Amino acid sequence: MSLDAATVRRIAKLARIRVDDAEVETLRTELNAILGYVEQLGEVDVEGVEPLSGGAQMALRQRADVVTDGEIAEKILANAPDRNENFFAVPKVVE
Amino acid sequence: MSIFDLTIAEAGKKLAAKEISAVELTTAYNDAVAALNPRLNAYITVTPELALTQAKAADARIAAGQAGPLTGIPLAMKDLFCTEGVRTTAASKILEPFIPPYESTVSAQLLAAGAVILGKANLDEFAMGSSNITSGYGPVENPWKRNGSDAKLVPGGSSGGSAAAVSARLALGATGTDTGGSIRQPAAFTGLAGIKPTYGRCSRYGIVAFASSLDQAGPMARNVEDCAILLNAMAGFDAKDSTSAERAVPDFTKALTKGVKGLRIGIPAEYRLEGTNPEILALWDKGIEWLQAQGAEIVEISLPHTKYGLAVYYIVAPAEASSNLARYDGVRFGARVDGVDLIDMYERTRAAGFGPEVKRRIMIGTYVLSHGYYDAYYLKAQKVRNLILRDFTNAFDKVDAILTPTAPSAAFGLGEKMDDPVTMYLNDVFTVPASLAGVPAMSVPAGLNAEGLPLGLQVIGKHFDEETVFAVSAAIERAAGFSALPDVRAK
Repeated sequence: MSLDAATVRRIAKLARIRVDDAEVETLRTELNAILGYVEQLGEVDVEGVEPLSGGAQMALRQRADVVTDGEIAEKILANAPDRNENFFAVPKVVE
Repeated sequence: MSIFDLTIAEAGKKLAAKEISAVELTTAYNDAVAALNPRLNAYITVTPELALTQAKAADARIAAGQAGPLTGIPLAMKDLFCTEGVRTTAASKILEPFIPPYESTVSAQLLAAGAVILGKANLDEFAMGSSNITSGYGPVENPWKRNGSDAKLVPGGSSGGSAAAVSARLALGATGTDTGGSIRQPAAFTGLAGIKPTYGRCSRYGIVAFASSLDQAGPMARNVEDCAILLNAMAGFDAKDSTSAERAVPDFTKALTKGVKGLRIGIPAEYRLEGTNPEILALWDKGIEWLQAQGAEIVEISLPHTKYGLAVYYIVAPAEASSNLARYDGVRFGARVDGVDLIDMYERTRAAGFGPEVKRRIMIGTYVLSHGYYDAYYLKAQKVRNLILRDFTNAFDKVDAILTPTAPSAAFGLGEKMDDPVTMYLNDVFTVPASLAGVPAMSVPAGLNAEGLPLGLQVIGKHFDEETVFAVSAAIERAAGFSALPDVRAK
């Protein structure tokens, strides 16, 4: 399995990272080296083995479905790169 | 004897006996940081005034007879822990302007114990790296030097700033986080003790997320006892972390004198990798002898899936990272680069804000989770991860703890191992399996190599049995008598 330039561009698009044409070839080589390394998992027999998703050897807890905080708009917006009253501001989305 | 020679335990006693004050101790450390940090770059942000305010409060607390073992102790906080009102960057340019409006649980618990925070320690960007060279705020210099050489070495990573700060005596102890070895490998590279506790032991709330099923906070300090004191304060159940363990926290310092008599110590054949540095193997053999001499029974064990640990890790960790780092979009917090429309803004923001290693991992993660590849990569890796856990479960039927080297080499030079990403990843070969299984593991300084650089041994324990890890680590520490000091340090 080897990635081509078009696939690298597609992954970058999915990851929402802008890549210049000059970067594509470097990324392609590096990503292929990593994917080449992980190929070795192909030789492991995992027949009947359940996937392990977490490090916690426990069932996840549930909490009561109640409001535990709120009224902290100022705190939430304090780090916003751009805001308009109590809203995050972004470039126009709908024409 | 200089004030910098004190350990946390010793400084705590002197503070309690009012032989020194917290303000005196903090002032000495603030001055040391001011003198050496411009060279070592161990801290991204220093907070000397805040530290002094905290030290004054600690002195008042000591005077009132309400002090604990960490009251007035100056620490470095890895810049991955959110600290209310103090910039938290995760060593990424994308978080350069970020000032958290809240405190992480671990740092809050340390502050509640009366600790003094000297500043935010440097790290690999988003904790992705094994040498601290991926930091957006410059690399960290290891305070240790090869004999007769002034060449700059890396402190390991990702908790490289924490390691350099404690080793050079710019802090008495530090917090680290460990996803695949990020506490243990830098501890080994700088002659420190450091423990990654069981997954779930310390709350992840307020720690900038890298790979959530692996991330775990832990302490780094000059000896095993100091790590136990720090972990006592850092650990504990937290309702704000859904994977936090609802378990009582024992007093880890009580385990230090338990000894290893009658303990069964496993030696995994698969860690004797072909081509491993003979010095590392010789030190491992010495560790085996030390434990045997103290009454432990040595048992040969097998962890047959060890060799697949790194491959699993380099699928699982980037997959989780690609999802966790989706939040950095230039909308709610962090840096923004304007674009012609919303998507263009996202793409420009992330291109400018993330460094090359972070981009690589996000892209690998995006790929292995993408349609058509999920089963072949991600699901497969999760299954092999289960086999790695099973290896440990089977081994722990026969043994109480496992002894291995921490890292395949001593600290290497800045600029080495840069040929391709995989060469750098191989640093974590001995530490990643314990992370994948979620079991506790500690690195203890055990000796020097022929060039005068520190080497560590790793003790791995059963889930939530940090006490045996501490007992075995303390036994190694006693036998090793490690007392070497780095060239660059506060005196």
